[in-house]
Amino acid sequence: MYGTISKSYKTFNAFNILFLTLLGLIMFLPFLNVIAQSFSSSAAITEGKVSFLPVDFTLINYQYVFSDASIWRAFGVSVFVTIAGTLINLVATATLAYPVSRPEYVGRRIVVLMVLITMIFSAPLIPNFLLIKNLHMMNTPWALIIPGAVSAFNFFVMHSFFKQLPPEIIDSARIDGCGELRIMMKMVLPLSKPVMASLGIFYAVGHWNAYMSALYYIDQPKWWPLQVKLKRMFETDDISIDPSASQFTDLAHTSPEGIKMATIIIATLPIIMIYPFLQRHFVKGLTLGAVKS
Amino acid sequence: MSNQTETAARLPTGIKRKTNKDNNIWRLIWKYKVLYLISIPSILYFIIFKYIPLGGSIIAFQEYNIFKGFGGSEWVGFAHFAEMFRHYDFLRILNNTVLIGLYDLIFAFPAPIILAILLNELRLIVFKRVVQTVVYMPHFLSWVVIAGMSVAILSPTTGVLNQLLGLFGIDPLYFLGDNSYIRTVLVGSGIWRDTGYGTILYLAALAGINPELYEAAQIDGANRWKQTLRITLPALLPTIMILFLLHIGKFLDFGFERVWVFLNALNTENGEILDTYIYRAGLLSQQYSYTTAVGLFKSIVGLVLVMAGNFFSRKTTGESLY
Repeated sequence: MYGTISKSYKTFNAFNILFLTLLGLIMFLPFLNVIAQSFSSSAAITEGKVSFLPVDFTLINYQYVFSDASIWRAFGVSVFVTIAGTLINLVATATLAYPVSRPEYVGRRIVVLMVLITMIFSAPLIPNFLLIKNLHMMNTPWALIIPGAVSAFNFFVMHSFFKQLPPEIIDSARIDGCGELRIMMKMVLPLSKPVMASLGIFYAVGHWNAYMSALYYIDQPKWWPLQVKLKRMFETDDISIDPSASQFTDLAHTSPEGIKMATIIIATLPIIMIYPFLQRHFVKGLTLGAVKS
Repeated sequence: MSNQTETAARLPTGIKRKTNKDNNIWRLIWKYKVLYLISIPSILYFIIFKYIPLGGSIIAFQEYNIFKGFGGSEWVGFAHFAEMFRHYDFLRILNNTVLIGLYDLIFAFPAPIILAILLNELRLIVFKRVVQTVVYMPHFLSWVVIAGMSVAILSPTTGVLNQLLGLFGIDPLYFLGDNSYIRTVLVGSGIWRDTGYGTILYLAALAGINPELYEAAQIDGANRWKQTLRITLPALLPTIMILFLLHIGKFLDFGFERVWVFLNALNTENGEILDTYIYRAGLLSQQYSYTTAVGLFKSIVGLVLVMAGNFFSRKTTGESLY
């Protein structure tokens, strides 16, 4: 493609491959370290023996995590918030982006401006907090879902997608006597599957990883999502071993560090499991968003 | 109906046209009423969850009292803004925020550009795919998880990084428990997490360069380095400018979560930024009005920065956000 390859270019290429391999290792090895620690005994961890392979292989850390009801509870809250939140996100974003993308919608410029302004100027924390408090959403999972129902950025991605749909298909459906609702459900929705998948993934990963809003709005352990639970475990070393649970009395084989690492793995597993699917879609979603700017 | 048309006919032409147009707009709205109906909930969402808090920011000019509410609280004008600049705490934290923002701009912003160019030079497609898959991944981890991993990896006694440094004869460093390392950790963890992901837009721009440009340059005797300088970089410039402007607008918005998860009593002095300060002093110590003033200050600086950046960019490169 580039004709004759010079000697200096060959050296550059070799160094480039070496450098990128190193970089890849820097990105990957931390995962391996955490996985190794989660399968290691406490003695091995505290002596600093564990690097990238488990030492004194044990499953006790995972057994502890699986037996801790509060971790499961937090996991459940996160699953609920992610599923319900993403559904609400997609419906709320699409039901604004689609109408506003139609030339028939009078006042579409005002709505677009209204969304744009929120993107460049946002209210400080306290007024938001007072609003959630006054709406009695504190300590409910809705405080983690509703305040972020529509992301302005994702609105613009969807808006530009709907705008570039050929108007002929919608017009011809109208001539055939289809109502607007039918057009949306039967024609627009099937066409927008790719954009829905991309944005759905952005929203879902955001919900799963969200920590800040739960810190602000939820102070009862009942509705803590997994991220808050995990942070608490790190903050307070609050890993209480139930003395009646005989399998954990032998603390020589487990360790708070190992338990923390096992919880990290559990909290990351869903993301890693959908990563191949994720990777296929986020590149598309991101470059789609760039079309607008 | 016929009566109305008659009246319209007798009126001067200008007014007649206006009535017709009015009718058309209402007819148009009625015809597509479903579109308006389904858009109402999300419009209400923006009004309630974005504009009401914006209006609620007036408590920055009040001595807000939770029992007296917005109407009953005493007005104090710009007192909270003046108070801000007399606070040693505030100035120190502003200094932290600006420094961390600056390091982020200098080190984290160019990293994806360089990585994208290096990835683009790869001819082994399989290797390129593997590297891409690996470097995109950290972006999808939560900050809580990244902080947890860092605790394990950076620990002075058991951490694998200090073990590695030990091989070179370096004494263990307490990365997370020392004021002098916290800014490096904050910016560095961001580079680790987002550099790979940040290449996506640049790679898309690189894929759009016409290969004939490189062929022509080669015939003219330009080597790879010259080609990168004269063809690749100029082709990336529009993307770089747009992302630079977005970055500038968020200069003081380093991010609450990514800092909060790393803070502890030993590194707060140099690590605390405006957002964590607002949470600590505002939500935890309930200085509602004062921290709202701090938040407004931050938002206004951000607005000014993005406007100024936009203006200069339009003048110099022709690229702009709006």
